[in-house]
Order: sequence, then C-alpha cells, then structure tokens
Amino acid sequence: MPTFYEQRQLVTPGDLLAEGNYIAGENTFKENEKVYATCIGMVEYGERKVTVVALKAFYIPKVGDTVIGKVTDVTIGGWIVDINAPYPALLRASDVMERSYRPQKDELSSIYDVGDLLIANIVSYDRTRDPLLTVREPGLGKITHGQIVEIIPTKIPRVIGRKGSMISMIKNETGCHIFLGQNGIVLVRGKNSEDERLALMAIRKIENESHTSGLTDRVTEMLKKEKEGETKNA
Amino acid sequence: MPKKEERMIDKDGVRIDGRKFDELRPIKIEIGVLSNADGSAYIEQGKNKILAAVYGPHEVHPKHLALPDRSLLRCRYHMAPFSVDERKSPAPSRREVELSKVIREALEPSIFLEYYPRTSIDLFIEVLQAHGGTRCAGITVASLALADAGIPMRDLTVACAAGKVEGQLVLDLTDEEDKKGEADVPLAYMPNLGAITLFQMDGQLTLEEFEKVISLSLDGSKQLYQLQKESLKAKYVAVKEDVEE
Repeated sequence: MPTFYEQRQLVTPGDLLAEGNYIAGENTFKENEKVYATCIGMVEYGERKVTVVALKAFYIPKVGDTVIGKVTDVTIGGWIVDINAPYPALLRASDVMERSYRPQKDELSSIYDVGDLLIANIVSYDRTRDPLLTVREPGLGKITHGQIVEIIPTKIPRVIGRKGSMISMIKNETGCHIFLGQNGIVLVRGKNSEDERLALMAIRKIENESHTSGLTDRVTEMLKKEKEGETKNA
Repeated sequence: MPKKEERMIDKDGVRIDGRKFDELRPIKIEIGVLSNADGSAYIEQGKNKILAAVYGPHEVHPKHLALPDRSLLRCRYHMAPFSVDERKSPAPSRREVELSKVIREALEPSIFLEYYPRTSIDLFIEVLQAHGGTRCAGITVASLALADAGIPMRDLTVACAAGKVEGQLVLDLTDEEDKKGEADVPLAYMPNLGAITLFQMDGQLTLEEFEKVISLSLDGSKQLYQLQKESLKAKYVAVKEDVEE
C-alpha cells in the first residue's frame, strides 16, 4: 500500500495520496482503489485511514456542536440564526419560554432581537432539514459582553492545542475567558479591552500559522513580548 | 503598392509575440485577492487579466431555484467595458451568456455538489483585459477561486487552447492568432483524473492535425496545472518558511 506524501505535507485538490487498502477519511475521496485529496490542507496518514486537515473550509453543522450565532430574523414561531454555515439555523420560541408559548401575547423580539449574539447547541440537523438550536442548558443564551473573532472552523483544534495546552496558556497569559464555537466563532471576555486585544492577537496568529510546528512556544513568546511593551508604555 | 500582409510566424518559426510553437504565455497567479469573497483568485496570462470570485455555498435566492439533492452552481463570465480595444457594452452579450454556461459545465464535474443540497455556489469571472483565450484562463482561475473558498473538489480544472496558425500547430493562441489562424481548440481538463470537461473547436483541421492539437493542449494544461498547484500553496509555504527559518 504505497503512500505518496510525507506526514503533514501540504496537498491540493486532486493530489493522489495513497493507493490500495486505505479508508478515505475527511477531505479525501476514493476511486479505483486510489485516495485523492479534495481540498488544500495537510495530509495525515493513519494506520488504515488517510485524512486531510483543511486549511480552507467553512462550517457544516453537526448535532451536539456548541456554536455562536447572530439573530437575523424574528418570525412568529421563533428566530432565524446565522451560524456561519451554508444553512440558516432555527431557534423555536417554545425552547426559550418557561411556560407554553402564546403567539398572540408574547413579543419574541423582546427576548432576542435581530443582531443579538447567542451561544446555542445544535439539537438536530441532516441533509434535508435546516439545523435546529437550543439554549436550554447552562452557559447558553445571549452574549452580553466581550469580543468576537471569526476563524476557519478546522483550526479550532489548533487553538485548543494538545490536551488544551494552547488555550490554557492564552487564558493564563491574558487573564481572558475564551469560548470557542465549533463554527469558528470565538468569544473573548477579559477584564479590559487591552487583555482582549492580546488574546485576539494570539488567536489570529494561530490561525495564520496553524500549519507550522512549534506554534505554542512562538505564541507564548509573542504574548510575553507584547505584555512587556505594554508595561514600558504605561 | 499593396500593403504587405503581416505574418503571424516568421521564417525562423517564431510567433508574433516571440514564443515557440509549444510555449505558453507568461503566467502570474495570485490567490485570495478579494477579502469580501469566500474565495478569489487573479490570473495574468500574457495580456489577459482576469479576476474570479466565489461566494458560498449559501442559501439560494430566489428560493425556488434550490435543488433538493445538490448545490446549485451559478456562473457569470463578464467582460469589463474597458477590457477590449473598442468599448464593450457592459450588458451581457450572447457570447458571454454562452461562455458562462460552458465554463459552468466545465467546472461542475470537479465539485462535490451533492455534499451541500439546497445551497448555491456563486462564481463570478471578471475579464479586466482580454487578449485571446479568456474562457480558458477564466476556467483555470475560477477553479483556484473555488479551492480558495474551501469547496471540496475532485481535482483542479485547468484549461488551455491550441490551434493552427499559418499551417503550424501552436499552443495558447493570442487574440490575433485566433482571428487570423485556421483553427482554435479550447479544452478544459482535470489532470489527475484524466478527464476532459470542455471541448470546443472553431475552424478546420485534418484528422492527424486534430490529434496533435489535442495532445499539444493537454501538454500545455499539465504545465499550467503545476503553476496552479504552486500558487495555491505559495501563501502557506511563505508563512512556514518565515517562522521556521
């Protein structure tokens, strides 16, 4: 079973990755016992499986994902939420109400209005139906403060790092609370905007350099340098 | 005295722009040039300058056009009024409507449209400067814009024309060569899969010439394919070299 690239090498759509008894994993496809890449990314050869970690991608909803979305419309039965995916997500009024929902009396826009940002879970989604959201769990609901950045969703694991090493380092260095939406939207909450700026800078750096090695060390170094510069200016 | 007709190929076998018979025009490609688009690319092939932008996959508007089993690929090939010598009306001409269709059909087989039902992928190809072979350069650059948008594809599509000028079979015809020549064969190709997705012919060729022209444009396509792949990787290679120096 020959393979044609090194581990974590850059590949483009159509590149022949492996031949023979391999399983085509994410971002690959198999035809005539040959596995090809379907997007630009880094190839990873497993025991039997070949996958490509995409460097360019958009979010596809998955049941159980926690996402950050923006309310784009208020309808009679609920809200339409943009979750940065090809499909709009629905949030039902009955999901939010404590008691039963009465369309004649309840004003939905007084709960969530157009432009509000929400943290929500995806409860159902398949090819034929748009994703359905819920906010009925602790930690979900309207976002009241903080800053938002959008990154490529496949880079979320890189921001977390191995066993959460990257994210806990950024949290320690900046003192910010960071929430990662599976759809690539990141919420940063800090004591002041300067802390938030540092955390956002670190996240941006990770996104741009996600395909390189030794990233945690470089981000730590950058944050330390930035903090020193700050104290000097103050 | 009658004015002497200008020759397209001189006696040493050099073409009007100084190229050999089987030589492509100089090519420059850039990826991700438009920040508002989901994916974009820009190509300069000789005097051609073409911009491609991709939006999507996203919801379809108007909604009734949505397909239940796959994504809808919409393509607009458009030439800017200043792209040719005589000002072109900005309204889509008959030719542009046809090219939009053939480009769409050349790219459709390369995309996994069935992954994203009820959505649309919108592709815009804007010719800023035209000098022959814009449909081929348009396909080449559009395929890169799709890859830049992160849309899963079977292969990159690459297109290249070949034809016959003053009895000689030549690769990558310019505007003058196309107009004065005897035949022009544009062809789009997915090199790794060995599949031809666009094939047109204008003019007349013998059967032997026809086969030679196809192999000529396939060879040209393979050269272009390497350039496509390199340009797609260039941004990431640069970042990697920068931090790992």
